[in-house]
Parts: sequence; structure tokens; C-alpha cells
Amino acid sequence: MPTFVRTDKCDGCKGQDKTACMYICPHDLMKLDKDGSETGHAMKAFNQEPEQCWECYSCVKICPQNAIEARHYADIVPLGGSVQPLRGSDSIMWTIKFRNGTMKRFKFPIRTTPEGSIEPYAGKEEAKMENISKPGFFTASNGYRTGDPAELIRK
Amino acid sequence: MAGEFGNPEVVQEEVDILLIGGGMACCGAGYEIMRWAEAAKAATGVDLKIKLVDKAAMDRSGAVAQGLSAINTYIGSEQDPADYARMVSNDLMGITRDDLAYDLGRHVDESVHLFEEWGLPIWKTDDQGVRHDGAESIREGIPALKDGGKPVRSGKWQIMINGESYKWIVAEAAKKALGSDRIQERIFIVKLVNDKNDPSRIAGAVGFSVREHKVMVYKFKACLLAAGGCVNLFRPRSVGEGTGRAWYPVWNAGSTYSMAAEAGAELTMMENRFVPARFKDGYGPVGAWFLLFKAKATNAFGEVYMDRNKEMLNDYPPYGQAAVPASCLRNHLMLKEMKEGRGPIYMDTVTALANLRETLTPKEVKHLEAEAWEDFLDMCVGQCGIWVGENVEPEKKNSELMPTEPYLLGSHSGCCGIWTSGPDDVGAPTDEALDGVPEHLPKGWSWGYRGMTTVKGLFTAGDGVGASGHKFSSGSHAEGRMAAKSMVQYCLDNKDWTPELDTDVDALVEEIYKPVRTYMEHKDYSTAIDVNPHYITPKMLQFRLQKIMDEYVAGVATYYTTNAHMLAVAEEKLEMLKEDAAKMRAKDLHELLRAWENYHRILTAEAHMKHIQFREESRYPGFYYRADKNFVDEENWKCFVNSVYDKDSKKWTCFKRAHVDLVDKSKLFK
Repeated sequence: MPTFVRTDKCDGCKGQDKTACMYICPHDLMKLDKDGSETGHAMKAFNQEPEQCWECYSCVKICPQNAIEARHYADIVPLGGSVQPLRGSDSIMWTIKFRNGTMKRFKFPIRTTPEGSIEPYAGKEEAKMENISKPGFFTASNGYRTGDPAELIRK
Repeated sequence: MAGEFGNPEVVQEEVDILLIGGGMACCGAGYEIMRWAEAAKAATGVDLKIKLVDKAAMDRSGAVAQGLSAINTYIGSEQDPADYARMVSNDLMGITRDDLAYDLGRHVDESVHLFEEWGLPIWKTDDQGVRHDGAESIREGIPALKDGGKPVRSGKWQIMINGESYKWIVAEAAKKALGSDRIQERIFIVKLVNDKNDPSRIAGAVGFSVREHKVMVYKFKACLLAAGGCVNLFRPRSVGEGTGRAWYPVWNAGSTYSMAAEAGAELTMMENRFVPARFKDGYGPVGAWFLLFKAKATNAFGEVYMDRNKEMLNDYPPYGQAAVPASCLRNHLMLKEMKEGRGPIYMDTVTALANLRETLTPKEVKHLEAEAWEDFLDMCVGQCGIWVGENVEPEKKNSELMPTEPYLLGSHSGCCGIWTSGPDDVGAPTDEALDGVPEHLPKGWSWGYRGMTTVKGLFTAGDGVGASGHKFSSGSHAEGRMAAKSMVQYCLDNKDWTPELDTDVDALVEEIYKPVRTYMEHKDYSTAIDVNPHYITPKMLQFRLQKIMDEYVAGVATYYTTNAHMLAVAEEKLEMLKEDAAKMRAKDLHELLRAWENYHRILTAEAHMKHIQFREESRYPGFYYRADKNFVDEENWKCFVNSVYDKDSKKWTCFKRAHVDLVDKSKLFK
């Protein structure tokens, strides 16, 4: 389902150098049409290669104007359905509309800590150079599985 | 000087360690490496310069970009790394490196515990056996995994998560660890460069910015090449808009394998592929349906083909006789139904959910429905797109299953990749028992630095490490961390060595920008921009590759069947395609990205074809068949097939390496 950008909602991320969707798309698909020469809609983004879209929804989820939606692959899917998320800081809400009009809504947690709060080395030990060529990492969190030595039949 | 299209600015930079890629493996490396770099500085005064480059944005790059609904490798305190190594081996028909799998098994849970600490919601089972999502389990006071909390297993090795933001969280930790000055996004590395004075050593890499007109030339002592597997080298089942709906991420272009091969690194098991049986067209995951919801897959008549055809498993001892037969054999039994006209194949979601409802309260039923949808929404929204478009509610209507087009990867249920140095404390061979391995290559399975390829200073992880597999997201992260440690060690051991590129910078820039030059020179020859005898568009190059691979190298067109004659035709066609790759055009930076991605695909595809040609048996029935050698030959072919590529002659050399068990596989069959 290639994503598409709604002309009534996209504001080109207010004239910044790059849009949020351009920043995030893993496959370099989103493009800002600065002068309208490519789409007829100046200062709005568009999906420049829809047949390469993985439908990962990264652009849909990040768009500050909720201007991006998906129209499911025309070569596969009957028209009329939609799957639209609203991603918050700790959860995501999905609104799902079937071709026949059935609606479903789901909400799932996405993270248990505030966004941006990770302190990667807080409370962690420092690396010890005498361990650099031994198994294990610089820090241990009760996850290293030593294993039964008898299992290693050639050792 | 600011560059312009056709006249790029050349940026040269020297670092000690370059991390190429921004997926799980490089995020793991980025996290681990800074601590060791600090320790190295304190101990030796050497201040290592480290940089990460990603062709996308780390928050959403790599195979986990969309999210995941499960972590597929979590050993837990109740299982042994040897159990894990056994499972990996059997699923990949007996030919894997036990040293690599075992080592991963003992390390991987460390990364999972970090993910939970950073904020990844992990489902838990409480004392009453009731399951809670990752946020609720914290509210309920259920302990974290590291403190003895019980995960919800959706299989022996898998645990369920609320993983929409899995990559976002892991990237945040890596970005904070590295610091923004050490990260550059939207840089696509195209080619590695060997050392001028020692061709068996790596000295640099070249690439370009897909945002600015800049060619980047890096010099370094060591690099971690972890740029994913290879997707869309075969013609996909959907060829319109649906081309992008690949099972594995469409941006995985074989860059890891092709760049390593051109640098002279030994590849391994490039004949291996993965053909996942997934929900048709959307490629939604089946694991939770089979393992958590206990659904069965049937033919059109409601017969469970794994039961109906179970005798076929006896054709492939011992791999068919384990409690969980190898993945390829499960496809093999499904394909029989399809070929004999008993399709479509269905996942019987209706019966599975009805059975579960019998013992559940209405509230639990509602929760179950949400779990089923979340399984797709977390990692494969596209499958939900198909369900809503076709009015499929899984409790009312069954969904079709289908084996996909083939994929090449080393971290999921596949094991192609690069021959990599393993741990030295698990009993791995120190010599090579078979003749025919080129003299310059190492004999044993460990040559000093864990995660290093056969090219000095070139390390890999995740999809890059061959002959292991079943690492998935968590294992790739852990493997990146292991490589990070080794790279620091390597740089300290080589601290007085200065890299020198074997090719002149101007020549490298010209090579990378050639598709642009070709376009500029010839674009006015014809009136239609895409039809011009002087160049080929990257898109058409990809179509040609996909057609060759599909029709001759066991794609879906032939039900995954080939033979020596078909492979010989493919060989000739691929050679001409590789020649024509020199005539790719790029009309903008986006197309330059596609041009080099497709070059990487061609080289990866060629390796795949050469390995299938060399291995005179059908090791993976259900993934591919050589009709002329349609058997598993344990006596002659229970060995690794490895290869090296000569970038000057553009020729491959394939050879065998002996397989050795480091853990007792017979335990699988007791």
C-alpha cells in the first residue's frame, strides 16, 4: 500500500529544509516538491516511487499534520479499507475501517519509559581491558548463559 | 565548495572504526564500542575515532524499522546455548557453525534485558498463568526478565513484545551512546577499498550522500559492515505497486555480501535462501498463529498437510525427524499440495479462535482479538490492509498462505553470508580437513578477532555472518556488540598502522558518479528519457535480474526448481547483466542510490547462482530443488560451500570446507 500525502493537510513542514517524512523514510521515497513542478502542489511532499513502498508506516506515524495515509496496493487489494494510526509517546491507537464499513479500534503500548529518557551508561560498570578478549560484554544484566560445559563435545 | 549534480564535493575523512549500517547490529556495536573505547583510552592513551554511517535514519532503519511483535531469540535461564545451537543446525539442514550459534546463544539475553530496561514493553505471564502486555505487567508489579519475570513464549525461543517502537528505542540508546557528532545519516556506502600495501587488509570505503552532492571517502583501520540481507533479487509475486511489499525489507539490497566479496572476503553458504510461508500477498507473520493461537495450516479441503504428507519427512533423515522439522521441509510438504492441485493453502484461523474462545471469558476474547491484530500492526501493517480490503475477520474467515519469492539473509531463518572468525573457547576446529581451500585463507574457525572476516580489519554482524542464522533482532544486536569489542582490540593491536587506499580518490569518485556522467552525456540523444541505447535505468536492470533469477535460478516461476542446464543459461545472462551495469544511468541522487543498490543485488545473485551450481545436491527441499540432483547427499555434501571473488577478473572460486559438530545433534532425535 503506497502511502500518499493529502494536499489539504500537508504544509511541507513549514518550509524547513527537509520534511519529517523525508527524514524518516527508510527507502528514500518521500520528496518535497518545492516549486510544484513535479506534482502541481508546491511545498508539499509526495511518495516518489510508490511501487517501492514497504508500507512500514514510518512516514504516516511521524507526520506532524497527520497528512499521510495509505491506499493499499492497487494491484492486490480491493478499494475502500483503511488502517490509520495515531502514535503518541507511550502508546499507539489504530483505527481500522473495512471495505464493508466495519470499524475496529485498538490501542497498544509502545514504550514504558519517556521518549528521550534513555541514559545508556547510567549505573553501568566501566569496561575492563583485561576482559576484552573474553566472552561477555562490558556490563552484565543477568543474561549471560554460561552453558553446561559437558555439552561442548570437542572441548 | 558546495557540490552540484554531476560535480560533487569530495569529502575525505579518516577514522579508526567505521560502522556501516544503522540496523540492530550497528546499534549494538555503537552501544558497546564507546565503553571499550573509553577503557582503551584510559589504559593506553589511544583515543579511537569512531563513526557510524547509515543510508537511512537510525530511528527507522534496517529490518526492524517497522517494529516487531516478538523477539525471536531469547534463550532464558531454563535453556542451554547448546540447545539453541542444535535448533539452528537442524532448521538449516545440519550445516551451520556451532561455534557461532553457541556463542550467540550465551550472549543474546544480555541485549534483551537492555531493551527492557530502555523501555521496550515485554509481555509477561503472572503466577496464575494469565498474560499481560508489557505496560500492564509493570503496573501489576511483575518483575523484569532480568529479575526473574516470566516472558510469554510463543515458541521455544520466541517471546512476545509490544514492539511498534522497538527500533526507535534501540536506536535512541545507540545514538546517545555514540553522540550525534559520530553519526551521519543518509550516507550510502557503495564500495570498500583495500590497502595499497596489503591487499588482504581493508583500508577504506567510499559512498555518497543521498541528500547533498557529496562523495564521501573514508579511511580507517577497521569497519563493521552490517548492511542487511538481500531482497528483490528474484521477481516478486506482486509486480505492480505490490513490488514493495516484500517480506524482508525492500531496502536490503545485498550491499553486505557484494561489498565484502569485492574486497576479497570469503563468503559461505550463499546457496542458502529463505522462502518464508506467509499470509498471502501481505506477508504477515505466521509464528504467533501457529505457536500462540495454535492454528493449523490446511489444504483447500481442510486437511492438515503436515499430517497428510508426514511420510515425506522420512525422505530427509535426520532433519525431518526432529520435533520441529526444518523450515524448508515444512514448505516441501506444502508445495506438494499446491503442485497437485489441492490449493489454496489456508491458515485455519476460524477453528483456532473458536477453540480458544471455549475456555475464555468475554473480556479475554476481546483481548485475544486485539492480540491477533497487534501481531500484524506491530510489524506488518500491510497484512491488515489486505484484511480490511477483503473484509477478512480472522474469527469468521480463513486466510490464504503462500510461499514467497526467495530471500538471502543470515540473521533470520537463513544462513548465507560471510565466513567469520568465531570464539576460541568452544572447541572449534583449528585446521581444515578438506583440500581445495585457497592458500591465503585461514584454516580453522577462529583467527584472532571474533566477528572478523577473512579480510583484515573487515568485521561483520547480523545478516552478514554466514553459516549461523536464527539470530533475529536480538541476536544481531548482540553480535554487533561482540564485533565492537573485537574491533577495539584490533585497532589497539594495529595502532601504528596507517591505512592507504589502493585506488586513487579521483578514480573512486569517477566510478561512483559514473551513472550520473552517463546520464548527462547521453540524455539528449533520444526524446524519451527512459528509452536510450546508451544507458539502462536502474529499474529495468532490476527487472532483468529478477527475470533471470526467477526463470533459471529456482524462483516461483518454476516452483523453485532448477538444474545444471538452467544454471548455465543464468550464468551467461548474469555476466552480460553485470557488464551492462556499467551503463546504468542516474538522473538524480535518488536514482544513483537505486543504481548502486541494484549493482549490489546483481553480485549477490551471482554468488547465489554459483553456489547452487557448485553444490551438487538439493540441500534445502522446499526452498530450492536441483531437478538433476534431487536428493540430500550427506556423504559428499554435508560440508560448507564457500567462495571468494576476484574483483579484477570478476570471477568466483567455489570450494568446500569441512563441517564439524561442536554439540551433540543426536539429542534432537531422542
